[in-house]
Amino acid sequence: MALAGRAALLWRARLPSPCPAAAPLCCPAWLPVACGRPYSSRGKGKLDMSAYPVESIRNFSIIAHVDHGKSTLADRLLEITGTISKTDRNEQVLDKLQVERERGITVKAQSASLFYNHEGINYLLNLIDTPGHVDFSYEVLRSLSACQGVILVVDANEGIQAQTVANFYLAFEAQLSIIPVINKIDLKNANPERVEKQIEKLFDIPTDECIRISAKQGTNVEKVLQKVIEKIPPPQCNTVDPLKALVFDSTFDHYRGVIANIALFGGEIAKGQKIVFAHSKKRYEVNEVGILTPNEQPTHKLCAGQVGYLIAGMKEVTEAQIGDTLFLYKQPVEPLPGFKSAKPMVYAGMYPVDQTEYNNLKSALERLTLNDSSVTIHCDSSLALGAGWRLGFLGLLHMEVFNQRLEQEYNMSVVLTAPTVPYKAVLSSAKLKKEYGKNQITIINPAQFPDKLSVSEYLEPTVLGTIVTPHEYIGKIITLCQDRRAVQKDMMYIDENRVMLKYLFPLNEIVVDFYDTLKSLSSGYASFDYEDAGYQSADLIKMDILLNGNPVEELATIIHNDKAYAAGKLLCERLKETIPRQLFEIAIQAAIGKKIIARETLKAYRKNVVAKCYGGDITRRMKLLKRQAEGKRLMRKIGNIEVPRDAFIRVLKRESDK
Amino acid sequence: WPYCRKRCSYCNFNTYVVPAVDEAAVRACLVREAQTLLRLGRVHSVTSVFFGGGTPSLASPGTVAAVLEAVAGAASLAAGAEVTLEANPSSTSTSRLAGFRAAGVNRLSIGVQSLDDAELRMLGREHTAAEAQKAVEAARELFPGRTSIDLLFGLPGQSRDAWAQRLEAALRLCDDHISVYQLTLERGTALAAQVRGGALPAPSPDLLADMYHTAHSVLVAAGFRHYEVSNFARKGALSSHNLSYWRGDQYIGVGPGAHGRFVLRSEGGCRREARVQTLEPIAWMREVQSQGHGTRTRAVLSPLEQLEELLALGLRTDEGITHECWGHFSPQLSLQAVFGEPGEARALQEEGWLVLDSSGLRCTWAGLAVLDSLLPDLLLQLQR
Repeated sequence: MALAGRAALLWRARLPSPCPAAAPLCCPAWLPVACGRPYSSRGKGKLDMSAYPVESIRNFSIIAHVDHGKSTLADRLLEITGTISKTDRNEQVLDKLQVERERGITVKAQSASLFYNHEGINYLLNLIDTPGHVDFSYEVLRSLSACQGVILVVDANEGIQAQTVANFYLAFEAQLSIIPVINKIDLKNANPERVEKQIEKLFDIPTDECIRISAKQGTNVEKVLQKVIEKIPPPQCNTVDPLKALVFDSTFDHYRGVIANIALFGGEIAKGQKIVFAHSKKRYEVNEVGILTPNEQPTHKLCAGQVGYLIAGMKEVTEAQIGDTLFLYKQPVEPLPGFKSAKPMVYAGMYPVDQTEYNNLKSALERLTLNDSSVTIHCDSSLALGAGWRLGFLGLLHMEVFNQRLEQEYNMSVVLTAPTVPYKAVLSSAKLKKEYGKNQITIINPAQFPDKLSVSEYLEPTVLGTIVTPHEYIGKIITLCQDRRAVQKDMMYIDENRVMLKYLFPLNEIVVDFYDTLKSLSSGYASFDYEDAGYQSADLIKMDILLNGNPVEELATIIHNDKAYAAGKLLCERLKETIPRQLFEIAIQAAIGKKIIARETLKAYRKNVVAKCYGGDITRRMKLLKRQAEGKRLMRKIGNIEVPRDAFIRVLKRESDK
Repeated sequence: WPYCRKRCSYCNFNTYVVPAVDEAAVRACLVREAQTLLRLGRVHSVTSVFFGGGTPSLASPGTVAAVLEAVAGAASLAAGAEVTLEANPSSTSTSRLAGFRAAGVNRLSIGVQSLDDAELRMLGREHTAAEAQKAVEAARELFPGRTSIDLLFGLPGQSRDAWAQRLEAALRLCDDHISVYQLTLERGTALAAQVRGGALPAPSPDLLADMYHTAHSVLVAAGFRHYEVSNFARKGALSSHNLSYWRGDQYIGVGPGAHGRFVLRSEGGCRREARVQTLEPIAWMREVQSQGHGTRTRAVLSPLEQLEELLALGLRTDEGITHECWGHFSPQLSLQAVFGEPGEARALQEEGWLVLDSSGLRCTWAGLAVLDSLLPDLLLQLQR
């Protein structure tokens, strides 16, 4: 599979809006504005955060399609406010991971507190970075829950893309103020008028509200800051209320333990206080609080409306559950609406390339998941690939990024199998119902696939995909979508030559090579994004692969009836290429139940003997023969057929990036 | 003799193309190393000598004579010992051949490879089909009944019919011994690169099998005994030197990159050793001059390793591994005890690839063609 670096998939879970805007307005008492403090007082002791009352605070995010300039705009905002010094080297300051910089995406949301004086008032502007991409929309939602407004960045040249649409609706549904910004106006082909019209047509925002900027050159960036202050409301909360804080992110530091990112919706928090997590009921003592600038900068306290970090002796990320609410010991409050934990939608098997690497890989996985609790891990073992794991990811990009981080940060190279999706079955057999203790089961492994006779309905996950494309590719794209069993839900021109298409896709139809195909048939111009759309009934079957009549467990797949024939044929052909010839003929078959739907024949070896073997050839010959004999020990035997691990890897493996 | 005038497009042997060879120095080193190694092995009797290469027919008969004299001096060269020289059709004038015969050579192995000029060009050979023919005829005059020819099959683009024609032509020309080799595309050779790059077609496995079958049936019909994977002989003209490799006999390797298998009696040893001489001729000569031999690596072979080699080599022949030969290496555990019990060998016998009977363990004709698929299983059984 090849999710090219700058893919634009978005996995959006439908979650209850965690935005506090839904809460009744509580009018804070007006607090005098503290004056005379510099924006940033690094090196001058701890900041006094009570100098920034609620009215002078703005919490906001920047959202954009990949590559539209979110990180560059963030860099400029950090520079203008003196948060970071202005140098040529400020590129993607908030993107700390190597994978983020390479792919131009944000995986892990970072935050930064900016200090800005506007019309004589010192403002505290909390920029809460969101993953720009995404399978990580649950991260976007987390970040947005701490915000009252967003800057929506659109490229003046490319215009609205699929992910722009998805991000807009995330912010819109959370009832946040939206500041549309048209970036890259310095580019030769920039057409801000066209983009303004698109924004008006699609998002119903008047054209005169858009700010035209060049984040790269700094043009009009100051104006963006002013709009943030004018248009985005301050958080509605009060310092005199009891402490009420939302955990919207957490990271793990090897020396200091868990660092929780928190947004205060009431009260204050300071070192030494005893705090309790509403969900886990666990009690901790605050060791340190502070703001992110964007590095951690300790402060005496954090006050209502502010955003910062908290260290309280937590050892595991799971202790600081994202979405949990904090309050002071013995002063419980009504918890904020929490987050549902994100459910994995794409599964893949992960195995060490070499089984002796198992333990190293295990510890790397443990460490990496400390920082990414959204990955689920189950031990798995395959007769062919050995001991490994079945990992659940939020989406394809999430899987790619996780794998890349494993390689880059832990120097691990792994076999990752082609992704599969979680199917469901509604049981009709009383026996199975009793066995599972429920009427509906989720099937991750084809081995668990219940027979049609004991099932009233199979279900498959679906997504609502958004495609934005120049109109000349519509025909090809519609054909592609139909091939993928997708149903058209909407189609509209967002300007005279760009079209937005919405399709309901079975998720498994897009997990393998959809994005690549879309990109190649549109010369790279079409963008794609998707969001969860629940389950739908599907004609699913289990396809077995047989070698001389014996089923190969690890090659069984769950597949839609319409696709079985083509998939079976492809799998048989690939196996024919990868299984070495043996002393007898091998029938490679794909079968549904007892019905054979595809067959390839691997002919027997008729000659396999080295031509010359004299005195000088023996040493080398014996080495090779002994290696082959050793290899035989490790081969998976199906009946009397020996299949090398490599053959399984080549068939099961996700195709590498093109 | 590690030198060639030109490197063939398919060859990855340890050969050197140099403008001038200091033959006197090389000769002195060959003589010295032969003497040293024969002494180390306390060898009393030498039953066969094989001059390989490179292109040994480029050496002067005097060099061949000097080495043979050294062998006869350090040990004894048995009466009737087979002395073979590998020769290229481009360096085998009748006078040269007569010189070699006078030096003590009594068997000639001629690298004909093909009897088609286009094929010879593809192989990078220096000679034409007509020259090859002349060379063989000259050799047969001088070494009647003791001239062997080499042929290659499975050349890129070669059809089964073309191969059958080559065989027929070879039959008209040959004496009583033919070696028929499937061309192996060795890594790093010019020919392999051309095939990998797509400039030349790779022959299909089925075609190669067909060609091998053709060779077998044509030659057997002409009265030849298919006595080893790639070797055919009639009128008893088997190569006794090569048979000794396949039977696990001792041999000493002299010259750059030469391999040996022998027991170092002089050091009181009783274990067979695998020895390899230094590859590069200049370095090899320096070592021989300073210490009498240019052995680069020595490894004592365990009893299991010796049996593994015997298995891999012995099964290449039509007689297979005799009980007697096996007993020589494994006095305690008989062939029957190792391979007669239920296991891989038994299964292979039932499938018709192997035979274990009163004379020993051997491949059937079908089994011989796929021996390399049988050996890993047999080695695993032996290791248990």
